[in-house]
Amino acid sequence: MNANGNRKTQLLVLIVVISNVIGNVSLSHGMHQVGRIVSASPLDYVKAFANPWTIIGICILAVWMLSDLALLSRADLSFVLPVTASAYVLVALFGKFLLHDHISWERWMGILLITGGVILAEETPSRTTKGPPEHLR
Amino acid sequence: MRWILVGIIAICNTLGDVLNTAGMKRQGEVEDLRPRSLFWMVRRAVVNPYVIAGIAAMAVSFFALLSLLSIANVSFAVPATAASYLLETLLAKYILGEDVRSRRWAAATLVAMGVVLLQF
Repeated sequence: MNANGNRKTQLLVLIVVISNVIGNVSLSHGMHQVGRIVSASPLDYVKAFANPWTIIGICILAVWMLSDLALLSRADLSFVLPVTASAYVLVALFGKFLLHDHISWERWMGILLITGGVILAEETPSRTTKGPPEHLR
Repeated sequence: MRWILVGIIAICNTLGDVLNTAGMKRQGEVEDLRPRSLFWMVRRAVVNPYVIAGIAAMAVSFFALLSLLSIANVSFAVPATAASYLLETLLAKYILGEDVRSRRWAAATLVAMGVVLLQF
Protein backbone atom coordinates (compact mmCIF):
# COMPACT_ATOMS: atom_id res chain seq x y z
CA MET A 1 0.00 0.00 0.00
CA ASN A 2 1.34 3.50 -0.82
CA ALA A 3 1.95 6.22 1.77
CA ASN A 4 -1.33 7.96 1.00
CA GLY A 5 -3.26 4.71 1.40
CA ASN A 6 -1.50 4.09 4.69
CA ARG A 7 -2.47 7.53 5.94
CA LYS A 8 -6.12 6.81 5.13
CA THR A 9 -5.91 3.55 7.02
CA GLN A 10 -4.38 5.36 9.99
CA LEU A 11 -7.06 8.07 9.90
CA LEU A 12 -9.69 5.31 9.97
CA VAL A 13 -7.96 3.68 12.96
CA LEU A 14 -8.14 7.03 14.76
CA ILE A 15 -11.87 7.46 14.02
CA VAL A 16 -12.61 3.87 15.08
CA VAL A 17 -10.75 4.28 18.38
CA ILE A 18 -12.19 7.68 19.32
CA SER A 19 -15.79 6.78 18.42
CA ASN A 20 -15.41 3.53 20.35
CA VAL A 21 -14.24 5.34 23.49
CA ILE A 22 -16.80 8.16 23.45
CA GLY A 23 -19.64 5.83 22.40
CA ASN A 24 -18.98 3.28 25.14
CA VAL A 25 -18.42 5.85 27.87
CA SER A 26 -21.75 7.62 27.09
CA LEU A 27 -23.59 4.33 26.76
CA SER A 28 -22.22 3.05 30.05
CA HIS A 29 -23.17 6.32 31.75
CA GLY A 30 -26.69 6.10 30.29
CA MET A 31 -27.20 2.46 31.26
CA HIS A 32 -26.18 3.18 34.84
CA GLN A 33 -28.78 5.94 34.98
CA VAL A 34 -31.44 3.59 33.57
CA GLY A 35 -30.75 0.83 36.08
CA ARG A 36 -30.66 -2.94 35.75
CA ILE A 37 -32.18 -4.77 32.81
CA VAL A 38 -31.72 -8.45 32.20
CA SER A 39 -34.69 -9.19 30.06
CA ALA A 40 -35.76 -10.97 26.92
CA SER A 41 -38.43 -8.34 26.36
CA PRO A 42 -37.44 -5.76 23.73
CA LEU A 43 -39.70 -3.27 25.52
CA ASP A 44 -37.28 -3.02 28.44
CA TYR A 45 -34.50 -2.11 26.03
CA VAL A 46 -36.71 0.47 24.32
CA LYS A 47 -37.13 2.18 27.70
CA ALA A 48 -33.36 2.46 27.98
CA PHE A 49 -33.33 4.38 24.69
CA ALA A 50 -35.28 7.21 26.30
CA ASN A 51 -32.12 8.24 28.15
CA PRO A 52 -30.14 10.97 26.31
CA TRP A 53 -26.74 9.46 27.19
CA THR A 54 -27.87 6.12 25.79
CA ILE A 55 -29.06 7.79 22.58
CA ILE A 56 -25.80 9.72 22.16
CA GLY A 57 -23.82 6.56 22.90
CA ILE A 58 -25.72 4.53 20.32
CA CYS A 59 -25.36 7.23 17.63
CA ILE A 60 -21.61 7.41 18.19
CA LEU A 61 -21.37 3.60 18.18
CA ALA A 62 -23.12 3.68 14.77
CA VAL A 63 -20.23 5.88 13.55
CA TRP A 64 -17.85 3.34 15.09
CA MET A 65 -19.60 0.47 13.25
CA LEU A 66 -19.34 2.22 9.86
CA SER A 67 -15.73 3.29 10.29
CA ASP A 68 -14.84 -0.20 11.55
CA LEU A 69 -16.36 -1.77 8.41
CA ALA A 70 -14.49 0.72 6.22
CA LEU A 71 -11.26 -0.09 8.07
CA LEU A 72 -11.81 -3.86 7.73
CA SER A 73 -12.25 -3.38 3.96
CA ARG A 74 -8.69 -2.03 3.85
CA ALA A 75 -6.76 -3.79 6.61
CA ASP A 76 -6.26 -7.25 8.15
CA LEU A 77 -8.40 -8.24 11.12
CA SER A 78 -5.22 -9.37 12.90
CA PHE A 79 -3.86 -5.82 12.42
CA VAL A 80 -7.08 -3.95 13.29
CA LEU A 81 -7.69 -5.86 16.54
CA PRO A 82 -4.50 -5.04 18.47
CA VAL A 83 -4.21 -1.53 17.01
CA THR A 84 -7.75 -0.50 17.99
CA ALA A 85 -7.15 -1.93 21.48
CA SER A 86 -5.64 1.49 22.22
CA ALA A 87 -9.28 2.34 23.07
CA TYR A 88 -8.80 0.54 26.41
CA VAL A 89 -5.83 2.71 27.25
CA LEU A 90 -7.85 5.83 26.44
CA VAL A 91 -10.83 4.67 28.54
CA ALA A 92 -8.54 4.03 31.52
CA LEU A 93 -6.77 7.38 31.18
CA PHE A 94 -10.13 9.10 30.66
CA GLY A 95 -11.33 7.59 33.96
CA LYS A 96 -8.13 8.62 35.70
CA PHE A 97 -7.94 12.23 34.57
CA LEU A 98 -11.59 13.19 34.13
CA LEU A 99 -13.42 11.00 36.65
CA HIS A 100 -10.46 10.75 39.07
CA ASP A 101 -10.68 6.94 39.17
CA HIS A 102 -7.97 5.18 41.11
CA ILE A 103 -5.67 3.15 38.83
CA SER A 104 -4.05 0.23 40.64
CA TRP A 105 -0.58 -1.00 39.66
CA GLU A 106 -2.20 -4.03 37.96
CA ARG A 107 -4.20 -1.68 35.76
CA TRP A 108 -1.10 0.37 34.98
CA MET A 109 0.59 -2.90 33.95
CA GLY A 110 -2.40 -3.67 31.74
CA ILE A 111 -2.20 -0.24 30.14
CA LEU A 112 1.52 -0.80 29.51
CA LEU A 113 1.02 -4.26 27.96
CA ILE A 114 -1.76 -3.03 25.66
CA THR A 115 0.35 -0.08 24.58
CA GLY A 116 3.16 -2.52 23.78
CA GLY A 117 0.75 -4.65 21.73
CA VAL A 118 -0.50 -1.61 19.82
CA ILE A 119 3.06 -0.56 18.97
CA LEU A 120 4.05 -4.09 17.85
CA ALA A 121 1.01 -4.42 15.58
CA GLU A 122 1.51 -0.92 14.17
CA GLU A 123 4.90 -2.07 12.88
CA THR A 124 3.38 -4.81 10.71
CA PRO A 125 1.96 -4.05 7.25
CA SER A 126 -1.74 -3.21 7.61
CA ARG A 127 -2.77 -5.58 4.84
CA THR A 128 -1.25 -8.93 3.87
CA THR A 129 -4.00 -10.39 1.70
CA LYS A 130 -4.92 -9.67 -1.90
CA GLY A 131 -8.68 -9.72 -2.31
CA PRO A 132 -10.92 -11.99 -0.25
CA PRO A 133 -9.75 -15.48 0.81
CA GLU A 134 -10.09 -18.09 -1.97
CA HIS A 135 -12.77 -20.21 -0.26
CA LEU A 136 -14.88 -17.16 0.64
CA ARG A 137 -15.01 -15.61 -2.81
CA MET B 1 -25.90 -14.78 34.72
CA ARG B 2 -22.93 -12.45 34.36
CA TRP B 3 -20.65 -15.18 33.03
CA ILE B 4 -23.26 -16.46 30.57
CA LEU B 5 -23.47 -12.93 29.18
CA VAL B 6 -19.66 -12.74 29.04
CA GLY B 7 -19.61 -16.00 27.01
CA ILE B 8 -22.27 -14.77 24.60
CA ILE B 9 -20.34 -11.52 24.09
CA ALA B 10 -17.04 -13.31 23.39
CA ILE B 11 -18.46 -15.79 20.87
CA CYS B 12 -20.64 -13.28 19.02
CA ASN B 13 -17.85 -10.71 18.93
CA THR B 14 -15.49 -13.20 17.31
CA LEU B 15 -18.05 -14.40 14.78
CA GLY B 16 -19.06 -10.83 13.99
CA ASP B 17 -15.53 -9.57 13.35
CA VAL B 18 -14.49 -12.55 11.22
CA LEU B 19 -17.68 -12.43 9.12
CA ASN B 20 -17.46 -8.64 8.71
CA THR B 21 -13.83 -8.85 7.61
CA ALA B 22 -14.59 -11.60 5.08
CA GLY B 23 -17.56 -9.60 3.77
CA MET B 24 -15.76 -6.26 3.54
CA LYS B 25 -12.77 -7.84 1.76
CA ARG B 26 -15.24 -9.31 -0.75
CA GLN B 27 -16.78 -5.97 -1.56
CA GLY B 28 -13.49 -4.14 -2.00
CA GLU B 29 -11.56 -1.33 -0.29
CA VAL B 30 -13.27 1.86 0.81
CA GLU B 31 -11.13 4.50 -0.89
CA ASP B 32 -12.10 7.61 1.08
CA LEU B 33 -14.51 8.86 3.72
CA ARG B 34 -16.72 11.13 1.63
CA PRO B 35 -20.44 10.62 2.36
CA ARG B 36 -20.84 9.29 -1.19
CA SER B 37 -18.27 6.53 -0.69
CA LEU B 38 -19.73 5.62 2.68
CA PHE B 39 -23.22 5.53 1.13
CA TRP B 40 -21.99 3.07 -1.51
CA MET B 41 -20.24 1.02 1.13
CA VAL B 42 -23.46 0.73 3.15
CA ARG B 43 -25.52 -0.01 0.03
CA ARG B 44 -23.30 -2.91 -0.89
CA ALA B 45 -22.92 -4.07 2.72
CA VAL B 46 -26.68 -4.39 3.34
CA VAL B 47 -26.94 -7.03 0.59
CA ASN B 48 -23.66 -8.73 1.49
CA PRO B 49 -24.54 -12.03 3.24
CA TYR B 50 -21.28 -12.10 5.25
CA VAL B 51 -21.78 -8.58 6.54
CA ILE B 52 -25.47 -9.22 7.34
CA ALA B 53 -24.50 -12.29 9.37
CA GLY B 54 -21.60 -10.41 10.96
CA ILE B 55 -23.77 -7.50 12.03
CA ALA B 56 -26.44 -9.88 13.35
CA ALA B 57 -23.77 -11.52 15.53
CA MET B 58 -22.59 -8.09 16.71
CA ALA B 59 -26.17 -7.07 17.50
CA VAL B 60 -26.58 -10.11 19.76
CA SER B 61 -23.25 -9.26 21.39
CA PHE B 62 -24.38 -5.63 21.79
CA PHE B 63 -27.64 -6.53 23.58
CA ALA B 64 -25.77 -8.96 25.82
CA LEU B 65 -23.35 -6.10 26.58
CA LEU B 66 -26.24 -3.73 27.39
CA SER B 67 -27.60 -6.27 29.87
CA LEU B 68 -24.18 -6.81 31.37
CA LEU B 69 -23.52 -3.08 31.72
CA SER B 70 -26.82 -2.64 33.57
CA ILE B 71 -25.89 -5.22 36.25
CA ALA B 72 -22.11 -4.89 36.35
CA ASN B 73 -19.33 -2.40 35.96
CA VAL B 74 -17.99 -1.73 32.46
CA SER B 75 -14.80 -3.58 33.44
CA PHE B 76 -16.78 -6.80 33.82
CA ALA B 77 -17.26 -6.98 30.04
CA VAL B 78 -13.51 -7.01 29.59
CA PRO B 79 -12.66 -10.75 30.00
CA ALA B 80 -15.04 -11.51 27.12
CA THR B 81 -12.97 -9.36 24.82
CA ALA B 82 -9.68 -10.69 26.17
CA ALA B 83 -10.62 -14.21 25.06
CA SER B 84 -11.82 -13.07 21.66
CA TYR B 85 -8.48 -11.40 20.83
CA LEU B 86 -6.65 -14.71 20.65
CA LEU B 87 -9.54 -16.58 19.06
CA GLU B 88 -9.96 -13.91 16.40
CA THR B 89 -6.25 -13.83 15.59
CA LEU B 90 -6.34 -17.60 15.13
CA LEU B 91 -9.35 -17.39 12.81
CA ALA B 92 -7.78 -14.44 10.95
CA LYS B 93 -4.82 -16.67 10.13
CA TYR B 94 -6.59 -19.90 9.25
CA ILE B 95 -9.93 -18.73 7.86
CA LEU B 96 -9.14 -15.29 6.46
CA GLY B 97 -5.65 -16.30 5.29
CA GLU B 98 -3.85 -13.34 6.86
CA ASP B 99 -0.09 -13.40 7.32
CA VAL B 100 0.04 -13.64 11.11
CA ARG B 101 3.64 -13.89 12.28
CA SER B 102 5.33 -13.61 15.66
CA ARG B 103 4.89 -9.83 15.88
CA ARG B 104 1.12 -10.03 15.51
CA TRP B 105 0.83 -13.02 17.83
CA ALA B 106 2.84 -11.10 20.38
CA ALA B 107 0.64 -8.04 19.87
CA ALA B 108 -2.59 -10.04 20.33
CA THR B 109 -1.19 -11.81 23.41
CA LEU B 110 0.00 -8.57 25.03
CA VAL B 111 -3.39 -6.97 24.40
CA ALA B 112 -5.30 -9.98 25.79
CA MET B 113 -3.11 -10.04 28.92
CA GLY B 114 -3.38 -6.29 29.31
CA VAL B 115 -7.15 -6.44 28.99
CA VAL B 116 -7.29 -9.03 31.80
CA LEU B 117 -5.07 -6.90 34.04
CA LEU B 118 -7.31 -3.90 33.48
CA GLN B 119 -9.99 -5.64 35.56
CA PHE B 120 -8.08 -5.12 38.78
